[in-house]
Amino acid sequence: MDTFLWVIVPYLCLTTFVVGHFWRYRYDKFGWTTRSSQLYEDRLLRLGSPLFHFGMLGVVGGHIIGLLLPQSWTDAVGISHEAYHVVAVTGGLIAGVMTVVGMVILIYRRRTVGPVFSATTVMDKVMYAFLAAAIVLGMWNTVAGSVMTVGGEYNYREGVSIWYRSFLAFQPDASLMGDAPIGFQLHALVAFGLFALWPFTRLVHVFSAPVGYLTRPYIVYRGRDELLGSHRPRRGWDDSRV
Amino acid sequence: MKVMAQMAMVMNLDKCIGCHTCSVTCKQAWTNRTGTEYVWFNNVETRPGQGYPRTYEDQEEWKGGWELNSRGRLKLKAGGRLKKLATIFSNPKLPSIQDYYEPWTYDYATLTDAPAQEHTPVARPKSLLTGKNMKIKWSSNWDDDLGGSAATAKYDPMLKKIADKVKFEFEQTFMFYLPRICEHCLNPSCAASCPSGAIYKRAEDGIVLVDQDRCRGWRMCVSGCPYKKVYFNHRTGKAEKCTFCFPRIEVGLPTVCAETCVGRLRYIGLVLYDADRVLEAASVPDEHDLYEAQRSILLDPDDPEVVRAAEAAGIPADWIDAAQRSPIHALINKFKVALPLHPEYRTMPMVWYIPPLSPVIDVVRDTGEDAEDTGNLFAAIDALRIPIEYLAELFTAGDVAPVDRVLKQLAAMRSYMRDINMGREPNPAIPAAVGMTEEEMYDMYRLLAIAKYDERYVIPAAHSEQAHSLEELGTECAVSEYGGGQQDLFGEGSGVPTPIAVENFQMLQNRQTADTLASPDDKGSRVNLLNWDGRGKPSGLFPPRPDGPGEVAEGSTPDTSHDGETGPGGTGGLTGGADFR
Ligand code: HEM
Ligand code: SF4
Ligand code: SF4
Ligand code: SF4
Repeated sequence: MDTFLWVIVPYLCLTTFVVGHFWRYRYDKFGWTTRSSQLYEDRLLRLGSPLFHFGMLGVVGGHIIGLLLPQSWTDAVGISHEAYHVVAVTGGLIAGVMTVVGMVILIYRRRTVGPVFSATTVMDKVMYAFLAAAIVLGMWNTVAGSVMTVGGEYNYREGVSIWYRSFLAFQPDASLMGDAPIGFQLHALVAFGLFALWPFTRLVHVFSAPVGYLTRPYIVYRGRDELLGSHRPRRGWDDSRV
Repeated sequence: MKVMAQMAMVMNLDKCIGCHTCSVTCKQAWTNRTGTEYVWFNNVETRPGQGYPRTYEDQEEWKGGWELNSRGRLKLKAGGRLKKLATIFSNPKLPSIQDYYEPWTYDYATLTDAPAQEHTPVARPKSLLTGKNMKIKWSSNWDDDLGGSAATAKYDPMLKKIADKVKFEFEQTFMFYLPRICEHCLNPSCAASCPSGAIYKRAEDGIVLVDQDRCRGWRMCVSGCPYKKVYFNHRTGKAEKCTFCFPRIEVGLPTVCAETCVGRLRYIGLVLYDADRVLEAASVPDEHDLYEAQRSILLDPDDPEVVRAAEAAGIPADWIDAAQRSPIHALINKFKVALPLHPEYRTMPMVWYIPPLSPVIDVVRDTGEDAEDTGNLFAAIDALRIPIEYLAELFTAGDVAPVDRVLKQLAAMRSYMRDINMGREPNPAIPAAVGMTEEEMYDMYRLLAIAKYDERYVIPAAHSEQAHSLEELGTECAVSEYGGGQQDLFGEGSGVPTPIAVENFQMLQNRQTADTLASPDDKGSRVNLLNWDGRGKPSGLFPPRPDGPGEVAEGSTPDTSHDGETGPGGTGGLTGGADFR
């Protein structure tokens, strides 16, 4: 059972994530967009979207540090476990609360603003279900595990994180996850579900975050011969360059 | 000097009758889809008026275009790159659908389905965004012909600028129409605002396009364009804008809006410009100098040095020839009667306008004076400060002198030509009064009043070496290979886009085989005017006559037994007859 949950399922999801993005980019560049709904509604979005996104960027950053940085490294530079813990929990809580509040506003807006609701696809709803579950479970782990210490304290850096790195190194140690508290287990499973869905939702926009804008010249010139208009549509597996 | 070619347009506002044909035909060709209901690549505004979207010209509010920073360098008015990225999650300056209008349809079905009842059933307006009943409050031309402007014209940002003292009273009214398309700017702030770099200017002809495969829906371009001529397709989540009908331009046909213009007031042609000096011209400190600065970077195509540089830059000989015959060059730089729209946005717009003399003429005529006498007209131009200042706010950043000069040229042309038409001796003093020779004046008259199709549109075809990649000459594969389907899973329009030529082919096929005129389930059977060359009757535009043969397909023999509706070569109908041109 451990092997199935913590080896097979995660790898399946990861594969779907990678191959799915590859496929979607080849096949559906036209559908690769944020599908912004700001045209319909502005007031709630102005509040919710920045809260959610800036919170989310913090959360993503926190996960990268928490999951990928081994405890031995922070120990080595002399950061005590307690100090790390305080910083991580404070940062995590701030980012988490921003994310949750932002997300609540966004979901409320999706449901109650007529035009936004009619423009919501099934995929959006599924995506929000997984996203919300992952975020709520993640918050619960932080609050219940670290702040209120329900059911004893669990140092994920000695469990989940090591499993995660072993997983990325293709030498997964399922028992580490099997021993983790149920909250962490559920959070991980839902997150992997979200990863599997990712390429098929609007979340693909994350991977086209326009950092190139900072360096490119303002005005782009292109020759007419680059136009794809009358070329045969590429099959999904063809080279996307002309 | 780096010579580049730009496809440009001039509109002669005196001739616009505000019929909106251009808007409608453009919509039929390009934006007749869900998600683009509110999108008007071409719109015709009554001025004074708020424009579309409402008050778009108020850049203190909308922050479109460029401005000079404290060091005199050009920067985006909405803020630099970092600020754009920091506010990407919620664009601070995006017009909402209410600033355009909420698109709607009517539930016509109730008119026929309703059970017997005491009161006549009505077709109620239904929102196209929610499908719910709605109250219509505004639309793209709500203040057409000054309708309701006693209440709304005060919001016109240009009117506000000229004077707080202007009360929009009936005795003071003047009005004219302003048809607007994308300006295909030399320094497009829409492209500069796009975080993905999806908006580009075509190197060959300067047409500004959105690459639909690269647009990621960050919707920054909509705010960036001061003319609000980039629209957000709310179904596909991508930006769309006027394409200058590039598939037609590439094969030498004028744009749909120009082709169908009832007033025949649009001119299309090439200009050559010096790309190295665009930035410099866009950065001149005094806004009043922008008109001259922009005019000065447009090169004289008859200057041998320019021709040599153009050849060196790889511009083909027939393009240089077309630039020499260009009506645009003549109107902007030879007769100098065309002016740019809002040069103060510093985007270097390339759709120019000949300002209307009609507000002046109307006043002179109303006073019972001779409205074709130079003396009267000149005096009126000098006296009528409000319309003139208003025009100056539109075309020269508020500088009255160039508008004055152009209007006097137009007035002089009017008087001068009257003498000729009445068989009287032409008076050389009239052109001299506006600094023109008699010959120039006559040439200008020819171009403005009686120029034929091929003088108004001098459009060199794109080069056949590149023909393989041209939209309308798609020869690479059989049309049947395209699916043209839409993948609903990822939302409307996902998947591989269908080339325009193929879409047209399929549309024509649908039209010929469809049972109904425009069945709502089958968007493919909509009327498409992209391929229409102005001859004959586009199929599907008019309903079949009840006793007639049904829809006449393009190219098939028209049934001539019904007068009034004829096919190619006929005389009746809205467009029939080759002499439409
Ligand atoms: C740093 C990169 C990112 C950028 C530039 C970005 C940008 C955007 C933009 C422009 C929108 C459209 C908002 C609108 O106008 O309606 C959006 C929506 C959204 N983004 Fe992001 N995003 C980023 C990262 C993320 C991440 C990491 C997540 C979550 C995992 C995320 C989840 C969402 C969701 C769920 C929506 C839909 C909101 C709604 O309308 O209900 N984004 N994003
Ligand atoms: S007018 Fe056209 S080219 Fe100019 S900024 Fe607007 S959309 Fe871009
Ligand atoms: S040039 Fe073509 S796309 Fe642009 S406004 Fe005219 S008809 Fe529409
Ligand atoms: S079709 Fe011509 S005359 Fe009619 S509104 Fe358009 S520009 Fe004016």
